[in-house]
Amino acid sequence: MSIIEVTDLTKYYGKARGIVGISFNVEEGEIFGFIGPNGAGKSTTIRLLLSLIHPTNGSAKVFGKDVVAHGPEIRRDIGYLPSEVYYYEGMKVIDLLKYSASFYNCDCTQRMHELSETMELELNRRVSDLSYGNKKKVGIVQGLLHSPKLLFLDEPTAGLDPLMQRKFFDLIRAENARGVTVFFSSHILGEVQRLCTRVGIIREGKIVEISNIRTLQQNNYKKVRVTAEGLTPGSFDLPGVTNVQVEDGMVNFFFKGDINTVLQKISAIQVADVTIEEPTLEEIFMHYYE
Amino acid sequence: MNANIYRHEFRTRLKSVVIWSLALTFLVAFFFSMFPVFADQAALMNEFLARYPQELRAAFGMDNMDLSTVLGFYSFIFMFAQLCLAIQASNYGFGLVSIEESELTADFLLSKPVSRAQVLTSKLLAALTSLTITNLVVWVVSFTAITLFGEQREYETGTLILLLFSIVIFQLFFLSVGLVISLLVKRVRSVTPYALGLGFGMYVLSAFSGVFGEVALELVTPFKHLAAPYIVEHGAYDTPLVLINVAVTLAALAVSYWLYTRRDIPAVS
Repeated sequence: MSIIEVTDLTKYYGKARGIVGISFNVEEGEIFGFIGPNGAGKSTTIRLLLSLIHPTNGSAKVFGKDVVAHGPEIRRDIGYLPSEVYYYEGMKVIDLLKYSASFYNCDCTQRMHELSETMELELNRRVSDLSYGNKKKVGIVQGLLHSPKLLFLDEPTAGLDPLMQRKFFDLIRAENARGVTVFFSSHILGEVQRLCTRVGIIREGKIVEISNIRTLQQNNYKKVRVTAEGLTPGSFDLPGVTNVQVEDGMVNFFFKGDINTVLQKISAIQVADVTIEEPTLEEIFMHYYE
Repeated sequence: MNANIYRHEFRTRLKSVVIWSLALTFLVAFFFSMFPVFADQAALMNEFLARYPQELRAAFGMDNMDLSTVLGFYSFIFMFAQLCLAIQASNYGFGLVSIEESELTADFLLSKPVSRAQVLTSKLLAALTSLTITNLVVWVVSFTAITLFGEQREYETGTLILLLFSIVIFQLFFLSVGLVISLLVKRVRSVTPYALGLGFGMYVLSAFSGVFGEVALELVTPFKHLAAPYIVEHGAYDTPLVLINVAVTLAALAVSYWLYTRRDIPAVS
């Protein structure tokens, strides 16, 4: 069953574009990555699904129900972590979490403490005293404490240190293993690749591509840089190699295809240094516009 | 109506309610404590007032006010109390949903399983509760002050009750008009200027309408709809004007619900 069904969804803010004619489905139990640069319409899409804003055109269903008509009912099983977290400044963390929990028919106290312990969140501090990263942790606990069936994560890792990021990813994976569907929006390709099974790429308000993360990676360029003596532009004359540049005994090129062929080629020579990098998101988008 | 939102909203406003109530207590009690002096020198006082130009007296609503009677003097103070109550109620009205948006907590609240109508109803009831507390404080302090400083002079208790009962109508007007304006403008960055603007604006309008005599302005402002001197003089409300007041309040509330349920919550920018 599709947890999210988006059909031809369009949102204009006055004349400014939000998103235009977006359609996609998210299946039950998957982690769906939603990537795109800033201003592409990621947050707009999530806010439409939460009915924080209303569509100009098209429709969206969550759990098979229309988001505009059945908003409150749908939101009972949704957890939302916004990209920018803001909470009532005067409240203590514990009171805020209790307030949040009070909206759901559950006794979330135990889970609240477990989650706070995992995320190393101090419950007795005031929201106004928290750093950005700590507010983000409040957001995470707040979004998860009622055991939602669907999670919206809007650029969730910003502000978290690497250690916390890892704990957070573990938490999301654990939730996912329990059958929770995750909608993960980000502009960092790496984290999407670590977590997601399927991704949608959005650019300038339109979906450019929806595919499995594997296919996306296979279809994508790797940036390869090899440093060795006696290299010539012809050293890596393979199918899939483009944009070859040589300087000071260093070869830079883009490669698309089976990475093993390049590795074999590299292992045949005595190299001083090798880096193989993910293309930046920008470069992926370039690819989609070629 | 959602009890959690109601409780949360009420708590947020508690401090403000205490401060406003204290201010009004001080205002009513302090000014009314001067009543004995005014009452003793009544003839002198009224003569003194009569020397001012008619327009000036009208501007302060003092053209048909007898400061030597309990209610005449009280209605003079009551107008200043009204001004405070107007600013307080507009303040709550303008801030009702806009603070949540300018402090960006609206995302938190509205992603919870509650409908917009529920949110607005809970917020309105919480604000009304807060205003009612201030209202009750004014009732208590008014009766107490009149008992303490009224020198046991005769007055129409019924008229005083009518006067005090007008507070809730008055508060509801500013609460709902503030709310509807806050939903009509794109974004309210700071609540206080709006609230002061609406409160003082309406007061000034009523002053003008006093100066220029019978003008259409009095149809707009609650300071005229529920003018204390009129109520004291007639022992009754100016029914058509009060009906206009209630109609505006109801219309503002209806439009507010319509706007809020369709509102796009602005994102962080």
